[in-house]
Amino acid sequence: MAFGALYFIFAFGALGVGSYFIIEKFIEKGEIVADNPFQVVNGFLIYWVFADIGYRYMLQKMPVANIKPLLYLPFKKGKIVNYALGKTLISFFNFLPAFFFIPFSIVLIIQGYSVTGVISWHLSMLFITLSINFINVFMNNMDKVFYPVLAVIASLGLSQYYGLFDITAYTGPMFMFFYENVWAFILPLILFIITTYYAYHYFIKQLYLDEGLKAVAKEATTEDLSFLDRFGKLSTYLKNDIKLIKRNKRAKMTFIMGFFFVLYGLFFMSDLYSSINGMKVFAGLFCTGGFLFSFGGLVPSWDSSYYKLMMSQNIPYREFLLSKWWLMVAATVVSTLLCTFYLYFGLDWWFGMLAGAVYNIGFNSSVVLWGGAFVKTPIDLMTTKKAFGDSKAFNAKTLLLLIPKLILPVVIYYAFALTINEAAGFIAIAATGVLGLLFRNKIFNMIEDIYKNEKYDTIAAYSQKN
Amino acid sequence: MITINNLSKQYNGTKVLDIESLEIPAGQAIGLVGNNGAGKTTLFSLLLDLIQPSTGHIVSNEVRIDQSEDWKPFTSAFIDESFLIGYLTPEEYFYFIGELRGQNKADIDALIASYSDFFNGEAVGQKKYLRDLSKGNQKKVGIVAALIGKPQVVILDEPFANLDPSTQIRLKKIIKELANDPEVTVLVSSHDLIHVTEVAQRVVLLEKGRVVKDIEKSSATFKELEDYFIGISESHAPVAAALTEEE
Repeated sequence: MAFGALYFIFAFGALGVGSYFIIEKFIEKGEIVADNPFQVVNGFLIYWVFADIGYRYMLQKMPVANIKPLLYLPFKKGKIVNYALGKTLISFFNFLPAFFFIPFSIVLIIQGYSVTGVISWHLSMLFITLSINFINVFMNNMDKVFYPVLAVIASLGLSQYYGLFDITAYTGPMFMFFYENVWAFILPLILFIITTYYAYHYFIKQLYLDEGLKAVAKEATTEDLSFLDRFGKLSTYLKNDIKLIKRNKRAKMTFIMGFFFVLYGLFFMSDLYSSINGMKVFAGLFCTGGFLFSFGGLVPSWDSSYYKLMMSQNIPYREFLLSKWWLMVAATVVSTLLCTFYLYFGLDWWFGMLAGAVYNIGFNSSVVLWGGAFVKTPIDLMTTKKAFGDSKAFNAKTLLLLIPKLILPVVIYYAFALTINEAAGFIAIAATGVLGLLFRNKIFNMIEDIYKNEKYDTIAAYSQKN
Repeated sequence: MITINNLSKQYNGTKVLDIESLEIPAGQAIGLVGNNGAGKTTLFSLLLDLIQPSTGHIVSNEVRIDQSEDWKPFTSAFIDESFLIGYLTPEEYFYFIGELRGQNKADIDALIASYSDFFNGEAVGQKKYLRDLSKGNQKKVGIVAALIGKPQVVILDEPFANLDPSTQIRLKKIIKELANDPEVTVLVSSHDLIHVTEVAQRVVLLEKGRVVKDIEKSSATFKELEDYFIGISESHAPVAAALTEEE
């Protein structure tokens, strides 16, 4: 998260400083028709406002969870609401725009715009941002309104792009108005006061355990997975693992993200890499193995919340592992099919994908599970926090295992591609993958030993709540 | 059935459990009582091989628990919510445990039906995942799951906590039936002395990891236990009084 935040701060700051001059260049070249850059920015501000509302709706949540303990304490309700609303004000979402607006306003003043006008305009933007913050308070669970509005805005953008209808022609002067009239910032200020008032009264009504503070439990749905019974003993675990992925935020996200890796190869298309054939091997491993790497690397932590049960029931480690293994193999096969579109970039790309897929299925599937055996970080299935890069999930042993996972195939490729030819390189990787299948049981034996040796440490680590 | 020998567990030099010997014959129902920190859950965790003994060992049905896993098929337990799989419905959870214990779907359906009065229309058939159930209903599910597949050793840690009065009465009936079954050895812990003396045939009192009392239950047992705990609370009374004086 911190990285994402820093990135946005940097990007916004850079835009705040640079956008005036960039737009000026475009105007000089005649690519944008406008009198001055400020006019252009004002035109697009309407989309800024919509985007601000949009991502807040999706990302900024009300801090209701922290309110419950306050209810029993001797505070007046108004105080609790003020506290909660005040807390939303110090949200990152309110500070981020400042990183654009402050440098941009300074640039405007340096460029000779009226100081009082710029200040009025700047205050207007501040109050609009804060108003959006409070509008978001009563925008919870309004998907039915939100998505149609989103569609309307998208079509507005498209119609502007194709020159059918330009909304900025109407909204641009509106934002310019705040600059041209020194007193105009009072209008957004009034909007801010009104939204604060309504947010306060809305929130105070929600301050009951059966209203706004209610925990929403999703209705349970049971699916018929009996077709998996053909896998015999394994089906018991397979059924559970599929439910694990379907019903838990964190696992579901890992699953979906895994398939985004299919597009990863596109990064290697730039001229810088595409001439290096080893990159095709890399791409093949990543594109087909997204789920394999992200899910498999955290086995058995997925089952951490009920690990004591698993350890006191009659569960052979082999069957437990095999179920995860089959899941990874299935996901890799599906990813490989999705990767067929790489044919468009040339046959050798596609061969890279196929070779990577075979290597992943045959060899990496076991090695990844092996690495997971050293990870003792409990996973909270219900939140997606920490889903990106849990620092504890990396240790020397898991890093060391990157060698057989990613580097060995590249070495194999070059060993054969340079001595014989490219095709031989790809075939050699795939052949190693097939050989890996023979070693699967050997690796599984090793993983079982790790599980057994580390059993008590793992149980203790998983029972630590963060 | 269960033999405990020189069993102890230490954390950073502090002994949290220290039992020289304890013999539990097959078919007996044992009630475990003791204040917090007495070592009840530690003993249960050792019985399930969830923690490693510092010294000694437990033998259950001729299987040494810390060396072999052969105790698993005939032992079942419900200790806490980490024995529940939160994203399953109660029924799915029962089927899962059932499959692990060699029961088919029909067996489990029959079992659920036979405990319908225990569930009392709650917990099962609610279209809710286990994680969304109340603590009491989670406990009901955990207890019934521990009875799947005719286990010979049943371990329940504080099964009465969080249950409503009617369910407590039904649970007492269930545990008594298990206790009367000569095939089933039951270990139950509780903070409620009345419940324990009612369902158990023998009561073991732990204090700071040691067995302080080990009594065959009689009509006098409840009084004996109560007197003991009154004694402990009074032994702290002068300290408490001294503390208030200091203030």
